[in-house]
Amino acid sequence: MPQSTNSGFSAWLKRDLLLAYRRRGEAASPLIFFVMVSTLIPLVLTPEPTRLAMVAAGLIWIMALLATLLSVEGLFASDYQDGSLEQLLISPQLLPMPLLGKITAHWLTTGLPLTLASPLLGLMLSLPTSGYLPMLCSLALGTACFSLTGAVGAALTVSLRKGGLLLSLLVMPLYMPVIIFGTATISYAIDGLNWLPPLAVLGALFAASVALCPLAVAGALRVTSAH
Amino acid sequence: MSQLPLLNVDNLAFERDDDCLLNNVNLSLNAGEIVQVEGANGSGKTTLLRLLTTALQPSAGTIFYKGRALAECRYQYLSDMLYIGHQPAVKLTLTAEENLRWMVNTEAGVKHGSNADPHGIAAALAAVGLSGYTDVPCYALSAGQHRRVALARLMITTATLWYLDEPFTAIDKQGVSFLECRLQEHLDQGGAVVLTSHQDLTLKNLRNYSLSSQAGQVT
Repeated sequence: MPQSTNSGFSAWLKRDLLLAYRRRGEAASPLIFFVMVSTLIPLVLTPEPTRLAMVAAGLIWIMALLATLLSVEGLFASDYQDGSLEQLLISPQLLPMPLLGKITAHWLTTGLPLTLASPLLGLMLSLPTSGYLPMLCSLALGTACFSLTGAVGAALTVSLRKGGLLLSLLVMPLYMPVIIFGTATISYAIDGLNWLPPLAVLGALFAASVALCPLAVAGALRVTSAH
Repeated sequence: MSQLPLLNVDNLAFERDDDCLLNNVNLSLNAGEIVQVEGANGSGKTTLLRLLTTALQPSAGTIFYKGRALAECRYQYLSDMLYIGHQPAVKLTLTAEENLRWMVNTEAGVKHGSNADPHGIAAALAAVGLSGYTDVPCYALSAGQHRRVALARLMITTATLWYLDEPFTAIDKQGVSFLECRLQEHLDQGGAVVLTSHQDLTLKNLRNYSLSSQAGQVT
């Protein structure tokens, strides 16, 4: 049984990664958005390093959030439209594992590239050097939380024609703690404080999301697909 | 004791937003039988199939599988069932071979726990006339060929109960007769089929189930 439950996870992970690879341009759009907006900020705000450094942490997090929000909407949309989501719902598999595979694929194609590209943004927003490592750690955990909780919203709104706004309203409150502790991790580090406590809270949020979100997504899909 | 019907549907009803879409559906299906659900467009054929597949929850009534209520044997029922819906669940950016492999894996799920055998996949695609197209992305294929990719599952599956929603859509004449042969073969092996179609079928043990007369007239 454990081996076969895993097969649902890896089958969906591989499939979604393959789908993302075949549509590279589309899959890269959150990353491009992330980089593009952050090149504009020094132009519109101020190119002065000391003033930019004050807001850098917050801006990076807001952009990471918006970039994820843009992409999470389509997490189940195409599967819903072409009927493959229905095939999953009526398969004798345990739902949370394949869904976790899908969410993992989403993080690998959005959250991970964002995290890896973030030092570049740190450079453009003149983030102090002490902030880089905390930024990488907190973004890796935080974007995973974004993908997981965003999936719940995407599952709840999948049957709606224009669920985008509703999705944002639904998941935004859940994103608040992540963004608060994420920015705290970076700003603590810049101020020379111990940045591990806020990172630990992020880790706890991530652990809770991994455990609960796939179950919530499965429940939400069962409810929405009944219409 | 093979007297017990494979599937027994008792007083099934389905409402959506206080609209009664299906009412008082009674249906019994033995091994080796095929039921063709008929009815006008919008009479609830797809809804009935989706209720049978458990994708929808009925608002009243019970489905019995081999004499047991579905709630007791849900896992076994789902393992023995195959559903090909109105949308063929074909991903346009994947090739025919990748699509079929993924469908078979999803269907098998916990039942086999292993990946589908590549020879079986190739043979199934060849059987439905897609032998030259296995490595072509599905966006380059026609609607009928998409349907054929989905129908290739019928070559591989070990399921007993087949629910096919308009399987003949966009399929050419040869394809239709081939599919009929496959259905007959499945029935002879003790399987059972419920399908919706507007085609006239020439199969043994075929029964028609008319929705318009059973579910109450449309007002």
